[in-house]
Order: sequence, then structure tokens, then C-alpha cells
Amino acid sequence: MIAASDLAPSYDLVVIGGGPAGLAAASLAARAGVSTVLFDENPGIGGQIYRAITTTPVADRAVLGEDYWAGTELAADAKASGASIVNGATVWSLDPQRMVGASIAGKVRMIEAKRVIIATGSQERPFPIPGWTLPGVMTAGGAQTALKAQGLVPSGRTVMAGSGPLLWLLAAQTLRAGGRVDAILDTTPWRNWLQALVHLPDFALSPYFTKGLALLREVKAKVPVHRVDRVEAVGKEKLSEVVFASGGREQRLPADLLLLHQGVVPNVNLANAAGVAHLWNDRQLCFVPVLDADFGSSVPGIAVAGDGAGIAGGTAAAERGRVAAIAAVRALRPEATLPDTQAIRQKLQREEMGRAFLDWLNRPAESFRQPEGETLACRCEEVTAKQVRDMARIGCEGPNQMKAFLRCGMGPCQGRLCGLTVTELIAAERKMTPAEVGYYRLRPPVKPITLAELASLPISEAERKAVER
Amino acid sequence: MFKRLADAGTAVAITVDGKPVAARAGDTVAAALLAAGIDHCRTTPVTGAPRAPYCLMGVCFECLVTVDGVGSRQGCLIPVREGMKVETQLGKREAGR
Ligand SMILES: Cc1cc2nc3c(=O)[nH]c(=O)nc-3n(C[C@H](O)[C@@H](O)[C@H](O)COP(=O)(O)OP(=O)(O)OC[C@H]3O[C@@H](n4cnc5c(N)ncnc54)[C@H](O)[C@@H]3O)c2cc1C
Ligand code: FES
Repeated sequence: MIAASDLAPSYDLVVIGGGPAGLAAASLAARAGVSTVLFDENPGIGGQIYRAITTTPVADRAVLGEDYWAGTELAADAKASGASIVNGATVWSLDPQRMVGASIAGKVRMIEAKRVIIATGSQERPFPIPGWTLPGVMTAGGAQTALKAQGLVPSGRTVMAGSGPLLWLLAAQTLRAGGRVDAILDTTPWRNWLQALVHLPDFALSPYFTKGLALLREVKAKVPVHRVDRVEAVGKEKLSEVVFASGGREQRLPADLLLLHQGVVPNVNLANAAGVAHLWNDRQLCFVPVLDADFGSSVPGIAVAGDGAGIAGGTAAAERGRVAAIAAVRALRPEATLPDTQAIRQKLQREEMGRAFLDWLNRPAESFRQPEGETLACRCEEVTAKQVRDMARIGCEGPNQMKAFLRCGMGPCQGRLCGLTVTELIAAERKMTPAEVGYYRLRPPVKPITLAELASLPISEAERKAVER
Repeated sequence: MFKRLADAGTAVAITVDGKPVAARAGDTVAAALLAAGIDHCRTTPVTGAPRAPYCLMGVCFECLVTVDGVGSRQGCLIPVREGMKVETQLGKREAGR
């Protein structure tokens, strides 16, 4: 374990995030002789796809599948690379001068970086339905994390709802592990096929095609699947039933656990706070950083790699990390020998093939992104969709103003669970595009830190400046 | 809601609101609560509604609990330790208060 006090005051390269992108980037850079530190806030490396890859209690390899175990090599490679890998390290600030604020086991350090690669990955898209804050309602990714990291499987009456490959993967993994799945509520609108179809030939050539079909077959053989256009979680103090409807016909299922998922979106908080420019991506319905061919952002010396650069999947994330690392090494140590960039770019292109099909096919329906009435848009401050819509109608023009009026986005999650919803609601009410509406402007700390943690900072003038803004 | 796949892993004894809970090495605080069938970990400051861990990956802040006297820690990011005292929270949410 590396402690805060073991860290140097500056590094050539700071990598933030230890998923495939961060691990591949740190490994490549360290092997090229660049002093590299990687911070990840989780107790272990692996990121989301390879969560707990070095510690998982799930011994039967068939449960999580070979795509999971592919992470073993990446993790071992990064560990042996000479990069300093620090887990349990939350990066709460990053400024355009590349001063990195990290909190490690209650101690804070400010670290200077010549180059930064943000590899903070993705999070699940907000899924604001009635009752989504009830205990017993979780994200599918959350359940998957509990399976990978702790060997926990759903055992009560379990319903999964939403769309996208991850939902089906979790269902398959749960069944293989002997867990329970009572029903899957598929929220994918049929009309998505209209836009997806032209991209089918590309997808058919991508590695995800056969895997995806096999997964669907495996799950559908064992679990009833309903196409639905409405889902509600119902219960008093916790979930007791799931109400769903398709074409007006309502059905109810008693349930202990409802797992929601409608795709993943880039985790933009840190890049946004560092001043990295973002643009609305209409196909993926989210904001993505503006990047050059080497994943360099609008802020000099800061790159964004992996799914944080726009969703492309775990294997693409690793290749993106390598491309970003090569650019960093070239700038820092031009004499270093580097792997063949062309080959890496070709692999990346192959990995990204078929993404258009997946994006269009799984594009969540408007009704699941733009809630109405009393459904909570902001979970932290308990702000309803109606409040946000009303405020937009009487003149509130953007998310930052909305924050001031309703406090949405001002709770501890700092907009992670409401940002996209608020942007889309304002756009819908004001007949604007999400691109015109924009996103919350975020400031460090992007994760709450305590006064005691701040007080642990060894204070020099430069460090004082970085914190006091 | 959840069951443990294998009984592998060393037992780690923690308390939740003073009651003993059998966690395992490799558990985060939030996972230990879920495995123990504890159905909520806090109530909200605005309406007092019960909340439970939602994302288990550090983004939603629903898993806030008091750990060894420090309030509003993200339970899903903190590994359990022998003797750890976890308390569920009423309404609080400011970090470290
Ligand atoms: C819950 C979830 C489960 C997923 N499961 C799968 C799966 O099983 N199979 C699959 O193909 N794809 C999965 N994905 C999709 C995922 O995005 C992968 O494509 C892949 O993990 C992306 O790799 P990455 O390196 O870009 O980021 P990630 O793997 O997401 O890694 C990012 C890392 O950054 C860390 N981090 C974030 N913010 C900070 C901060 N401020 N300070 C310090 N560290 C930070 C996180 O702890 C995380 O470990 C999942 C996504 C999610 C959200
Ligand atoms: S459960 Fe979401 S932050 Fe811990």
C-alpha cells in the first residue's frame, strides 16, 4: 500500500482512474521511463469492467465470463510496470495548471503533474422513474459490482429493467451464479431499429455481435422478458412491487429488488471542473469532452481517455489509454522507444466498430430520460421533475440558474445523478437543444473532503494557492 | 435482497448502530450492510425518506453513513475493518460533521 506520505511532490504523469484506460496508460508510460502515478478511489484496481480483478471471491470463471478475466493480464502488466499505483485515493481537484488534489486515507496531498490523463470512465445514466429512490431499487451496475467484488447475488424477487448490453450481461452473470431474476422489462423502443439498422453491417463485423446474440439467447431461455414503455417502483419505506405497462396495459410484479440500467455516460465531473470543453453528443445523449486524435483536451497537458472520452467499451478504453500515453511520453521523453502507434490505432478502430449500432439501438426513450410530475429529478435535494419544468417555463434558462432556484445539483452527488435530466428537461420545456442549454459548471472539490483532511495538507505557498480560489 | 455466493473470505466483525454484523474481508461498508439485509442506511435531510446504496461505485452518495465517528462517509468506497463502528444517519449529509 502506498501512503500519502510516500508520494513525491511532482510526477511527469498523473493518471486518474485505474480501469482499463488508466491501467494501460500508466503501464505504457512507466515502461517508457516516465515517472508515473495512478490514483483510483476504489479499494482495488480494475475500474468498472474489471472490478476487483485481483481479489474477486467469484472463483468459477464461467460466472463472470472470459471478457472479465481478460483484465488479469492488464492489471498484472500495470503492477509490474514501475508506475506507482495508489488505491483508496480520491482525486477531488484538478486545475488547468495540472495541480492534482488527492485524498488518501484521510490525508490530502497536492501533486504537480507535467501531464495528466483523466481516465475516470463512465457511470450509469440517470434513470428517473417514479420510486427510483426507494430502498430496494439499485442500478444494475451496482448489483454487478457487488457480484464482482463481494460475491453477492440477488436472492429475493428480482426484476431488471432498462436497455443496453450491460443489463443482459448482468442477468446472465446472475443466473450463472445461481442468483434469481424473475423478469426483465425491456425499455428499448422498437422504433430505434429505424436508425440502428443501417449500422448493422458494421456491428456484425465487431467482436460484440456474436457475444451479444449468445447473451440474449442465454437469458431469454430462462427469464420472461416484457417490452414496456412505463416502469414504476412502488412501496412505502422500501420497494414492494414493480408496476409496468406496454401500450396502456398495466401489470404488477411483487419484488424485493429492482435493478435499473439504461446505458452508461462519461463521468464528466473532474474534466469539467478542470475547464475541459465538452460538447453534446446527440447519438449517445450526453456531454463528451472535445478531444484531438491523441485524446488531448482543450486544456494543454490534460488528456481524457477511456469511456470518459465518449462510450466505446472496455477494450477500446485500454487502446485509448495507450494512445494518450504515447502522446504524453513523446512530449516528456522524446528519446523513449514506444510501441507501434499505428497498430494500436487500428485495433482501436476495430474495437469502436459497431458502436453506432449499439448506441442507436439502445438509445433510451424520452419518457425514461425526461420525467414528469412528482418523479424526483434530483435525488439529493429531492427536487421533482415538475419543479424543474415549471421553473424552465417561467424563464430559467440553464442548469446553473436552476441550481440557484431549486438547489438541484447542489447536493453531495454534485449533479452526477441529475445533470443530464435537468439539461434535457430545460431543453424540452424551452424548445431548445441540450447543446444550447449546456451542463452544470462544476468546481473543485469534485468530491467532498473534510476540514480534517484539508488540515493534513503540508502547506507551502504554491499549495495554498491551489486550494484557495 | 442479496446472498453470498461462497462462504470464502475471512470474517470481519463490525457493528452497525451498536449491533454486531458479520462482514467479510473484501466487503465495503455498503456491501456489508446489503449482505446483512439492512434495508436502509440513512434518511434524507429534506423529507426524512429512507435511502439505501444505489450505485455502489461512488457516484450517487446514497450510501452515506457514519464510520468510526466520522459522518457522511461513502460506504461503498470504504473497506470494512475489524471492530469498525458504523452508524446509519438521520438527515445529515455534510462531509465529516
Ligand atoms: C457500474 C458499471 C459496470 C460496468 N461493467 C461492465 C462490464 O461488466 N463489461 C463491460 O464491457 N463494460 C462494463 N462497463 C462499461 C465501462 O464503462 C467499461 O467500458 C470500462 O470499464 C471503461 O473503462 P475506463 O478505463 O474508461 O473506466 P472505468 O473502468 O470506469 O474506470 C474508471 C476508474 O476511475 C476511478 N475514478 C473515478 N473518479 C475518480 C476520482 N475522482 N478519483 C479517483 N478515482 C476515480 C473509478 O474508481 C474507476 O475505478 C461498466 C460500467 C459501469 C458504470
Ligand atoms: S452507493 Fe452510490 S455512492 Fe455509494
